[in-house]
Amino acid sequence: MSALLEVREVETFYGASQALFGVSFDVAAGEFVTLLGRNGMGKTTTVKSVMGMLPARRGSVRFAGQELRGSPAYRVAQAGIGLVPEGRQIFPDLTVRENLVATASTRHARGEAWSLGSVYRMFPRLREREQTLGTSLSGGEQQMLAIGRALMTNPRLLILDEATEGLAPRVRAEIWRCLADLKRSGLAIVAIDKNIGPLLRLADRHFILEKGRMVWSGGSDALRGEQALLREYLGV
Amino acid sequence: MTASLLFTQLLNGLQLGILLFLLSSGLTLVFGIMNFVNLAHGSLYMLGAYFAASAFRATGSFLAAGVIAVAATLALGVAVERLALARLYARDHLDQVLTTFGLILIFNEAVRFVWGSAPVYMNVPAALAGTVNLFGLPYPAYRFAIIAVGLAVGLALYVLIHRTRVGMLIRAGAANGPMVAALGVNIRLLNTLVFGLGAALAALAGLMAGPIFAVQPGMGESILILTLVAIVTGGIGSIRGAFYGALLVGVVDTVGRAFLPALLREFLDRALAQAAGPALASMLIYLLMAVVLALRPRGLFPVKRS
Repeated sequence: MSALLEVREVETFYGASQALFGVSFDVAAGEFVTLLGRNGMGKTTTVKSVMGMLPARRGSVRFAGQELRGSPAYRVAQAGIGLVPEGRQIFPDLTVRENLVATASTRHARGEAWSLGSVYRMFPRLREREQTLGTSLSGGEQQMLAIGRALMTNPRLLILDEATEGLAPRVRAEIWRCLADLKRSGLAIVAIDKNIGPLLRLADRHFILEKGRMVWSGGSDALRGEQALLREYLGV
Repeated sequence: MTASLLFTQLLNGLQLGILLFLLSSGLTLVFGIMNFVNLAHGSLYMLGAYFAASAFRATGSFLAAGVIAVAATLALGVAVERLALARLYARDHLDQVLTTFGLILIFNEAVRFVWGSAPVYMNVPAALAGTVNLFGLPYPAYRFAIIAVGLAVGLALYVLIHRTRVGMLIRAGAANGPMVAALGVNIRLLNTLVFGLGAALAALAGLMAGPIFAVQPGMGESILILTLVAIVTGGIGSIRGAFYGALLVGVVDTVGRAFLPALLREFLDRALAQAAGPALASMLIYLLMAVVLALRPRGLFPVKRS
């Protein structure tokens, strides 16, 4: 199976200090992978490098056969990568509806396009809060909105950076259920999260980052067996 | 101090405030979205006034002068943004200030070169040369028209910002530009659009100011200072802030200059009041800004950042 997203030997710098030292990973169409590792190991930097928000200095980021390294973030997003960023980053002065509509894609290139209706079906809570300003939402509602907002760009790959951080267990469960549905619908997913348990159930493959390098990759069964690895790199 | 004089001065303040609003709305949006400091915004106002004065003289039609001035300034503003300013978005404020200050010098010299150093006078259009009756008081029709046009523009901007998709993107961009880009929107194109809009509004302000103030090199700088005070007072990045900030600055400055010296004479010895009055009046808007910022450090209507 050829990869949908193929990241090869990416090196990224914050000014003069290097943060990523040749990071490589790939995601097949419809596949669910995770990027794991403790804080500060380069997970979010990897996401920003893929998105073009923090341009990689060397390496390659290919998506659907197209080289994206060096492209501005909006082109990466238009190519079909939807971002649910760390900290949600909901637009505070926009209502729930406006948050969903403002950056929605008008391209219907592939299959069924996401609409307000389908996002509201996935998260009925958002329909109830349609006219509420982004700032007035609870953490869980903001997270649902961030996911809905990314879906409205009609992505082929969804990247979620710490989507369940700081949420109550019940809300977390809802996010996991939604990700399982999205995977079933054929959407490729890259998730960064500290909750390894649900990810072992949901994800196909895992990549572990340590100090800006990929140190391990493998399936969920393999990761379950690696107790020493989990302790050393993830502190589980 | 009579009530009618106060009323007239309030209207004059409102009219200055409206001009300031036309300038501050564009400046505050560019500042808010791209975090870009454009000191040359006043130059666009000056160029708008010159274009309008020349076009009015050539065509004899104030309306045609307006269309020409707005179109020419918009084209020039977009060209400047694309050629010079777009390269500076990633730089720090000092680089932006130095470059746009350089642009002020270039535009002032260019204007001297083309139109000469002497002020160009522009007549009030014949249709607005008279007075209108406001609650029994005569008020110059032209100044009243400025207020009406400004309020109409304010309303149109409100609809644009709050009722359209572009407006949603402008609000979202002011709160978090990188996130808007990461969701697939060409934020630079959006900014060029906003910059062009700002240039057009600056030209409109220049056109309307032409018959009131002298059209001369450097006329953009004094009003730029007032504009900056207005957007900082109102809250950077906010159209609503720009509106109320501009009206506040316009009214406080105008009414203060008109009445503060007389007011001081009631309390102080005449010579002292004579000296302190005008000085204090010209400080009033800065005092206002200081008080506002002391109470609300991010202005009256701060834009929430995500």
